[in-house]
Amino acid sequence: MTDLLSLYRTMVRIRAFEDAAERASQGGVQIWGQSAAADAEPALVKGPLHLSTGQEAVAAGVCAHLHARDLLTSTHRGHGHTLAKGADSTRMMCELFGRAPGYNKGKGGSMHIADFSVGMLGANGVVTAGLPIAVGAAHALKLRGEEAIAVCFFGDGAINRGPFLEALNWAQIYRVPVLFVCEDNQISATTRSAPMTAGTQAASARAEAMGIAATQVDGNDVLAVSEAAAQLVAGIRAGSGPRLLHALTYRHKGHVSVDPAHYRDPAEVAAALLTDPVTRARERLAARGQAAAAADALAQAQAEIAAAVAFAKAAPFPEAHEAFEDIATTGEGAWA
Amino acid sequence: MSSAVVNPPAVADATPDTSALTLSYAQAAALALSEAMQADPHVVALGEDLGRGGVFGQYRGADGRALVERFGPERIIDTPISESTIMGAGVGLALAGMRPVVELRVADFALCAIDELVNQAAKNRFMFGGQGRVPLVARLPIGIWTASAAQHSQSFEAWFAHVPGLTVVAPATPADSYGLLHAALASGDPVVFMEHKELWSMQGPVTPGVHQPLGKARQLRSGNDITLVSWSRQVHAVTEAADALAAQGVGADVIDLRSIWPWDRAAVLESAGRTGRLLVVHESIQAAGFGGEIAATVAEHTAARVARLGAPRIPVGYAPTLESVARIGAAQVVAAALKLLQR
Repeated sequence: MTDLLSLYRTMVRIRAFEDAAERASQGGVQIWGQSAAADAEPALVKGPLHLSTGQEAVAAGVCAHLHARDLLTSTHRGHGHTLAKGADSTRMMCELFGRAPGYNKGKGGSMHIADFSVGMLGANGVVTAGLPIAVGAAHALKLRGEEAIAVCFFGDGAINRGPFLEALNWAQIYRVPVLFVCEDNQISATTRSAPMTAGTQAASARAEAMGIAATQVDGNDVLAVSEAAAQLVAGIRAGSGPRLLHALTYRHKGHVSVDPAHYRDPAEVAAALLTDPVTRARERLAARGQAAAAADALAQAQAEIAAAVAFAKAAPFPEAHEAFEDIATTGEGAWA
Repeated sequence: MSSAVVNPPAVADATPDTSALTLSYAQAAALALSEAMQADPHVVALGEDLGRGGVFGQYRGADGRALVERFGPERIIDTPISESTIMGAGVGLALAGMRPVVELRVADFALCAIDELVNQAAKNRFMFGGQGRVPLVARLPIGIWTASAAQHSQSFEAWFAHVPGLTVVAPATPADSYGLLHAALASGDPVVFMEHKELWSMQGPVTPGVHQPLGKARQLRSGNDITLVSWSRQVHAVTEAADALAAQGVGADVIDLRSIWPWDRAAVLESAGRTGRLLVVHESIQAAGFGGEIAATVAEHTAARVARLGAPRIPVGYAPTLESVARIGAAQVVAAALKLLQR
């Protein structure tokens, strides 16, 4: 479903999910220089919550061209990719709330959100860690002669770690079917990426140095992302070997949900908000006479996510014995 | 053998078996791998120099042919020098349904892949709530290898025993190299398979089809005065020491742990409880070594007196006079055992 309205639906589902998760993360958390108010309600989402608010067009535009059999790895900022790949928002929200019906039974939380049943092999708490895994998954698909491909989302900060070079080189020498997507939000945690990164258009330039064709796109224009991804994904399915999509976007929020990101120039933030991908898509739909459909999509998304939050709030936490399950010999029991 | 022996000796020390082959430690592993690859098309191996039979010849059959000649370059995969991605791609291959054997050349180089092994492979099954599993065998050759100095001589079994989600194996004989590699391949979860670089050429009997269980020790000598626990190449010095002790009238149980995690607690506790003395001997550094875990467990659960013997906390030096300081020979084991018996 690659028409603008479908893309918009995915984007507003992600936006609603992120907004709800953000609200649920406020409260009794002490992190990032923030101290909890004495009367604050304990947060329902605890721990680091990395929001993709503002980056929805990249997830929606790329994943619109994928099937459940295609495999995906993501970053610590992975809710949008997971939703766009087809995961259920209620089971995702349960996971963020640490509840038993969550995809990971409450064992992973936001940073490890995943739905293997739709080929989403996991967000990752370690920057760049998804690239070698995606390349290995693509290698397996090639060895077995499957038609599926692997896609790997990573941030602009990831291109300065060694596994970026290793994984791209590996993908190219074995010509495995993988699409690398650099979701360039221009900031590495709380540090601007540009002064930390040698060269210009570094994600693309480094890929091209290894013979991997790179496409640059306005990552806040969902149609542009979708059109670029359509071409790249079709090419990879037809045997082009690896490709890289470099999508320029902007992170609306701080590094984590309770980070007010005061290190950014307010003028820069204000300017960036004018390019909000959700607003741009909505205005384009309105210009096409689809304002009512867009409003419906938004209302549906908000209702869906409100129901997910209500379900997650009421869901049970995992039993303590779960701490010893889903793992090879822990030593529990026989070793006590 | 007394009736108290928990685990009968493995086939390597049993009465001669006419169906046994005589193989080197390296060839025994190659036989296990080739049998597994023959039986299951999802088993692949990846690492540096595998196309030439592996840097130690451990990807070369007893007929001298490199496994790549039999299975092709798509299943015996020559890789770039990219340890992070060798291990990380192994995780991805496993998640996508393959059963990778990941070769790290020497354990020292696996430190370049520590995130992929510890944070990715080991955690995956638990962290994602059992949605996937990582049936990956990481081969990390360990141990002092003459004149190879500080970055090619280390034994890190205690590091990996500390990591939930990893199984750690260290075979001492060709029979166990064969039998435990089969078990590692069948386990369905990540296994760190630590082969000793100075055992590759060791010859011994290997009976095709005889696999060894993970987590079960092997008893090599039986005695009621002291329990000697060891693994990997150090087992051979300990056995030599036990024979020297026997000549002095001291009876030693000698236990080859074989699996570092899970370790055969029942066998060790039974023996130490009976002899009243436990000496753990390992080539790796004594401080924070796995011997400390064994000694503490025995002290917690039996009345036995415990002692450890491992390497001093020094990098392995190049010159023979320096390297020998990091090695533990039979004479030192005898001395440590006699000292413990006098305590």
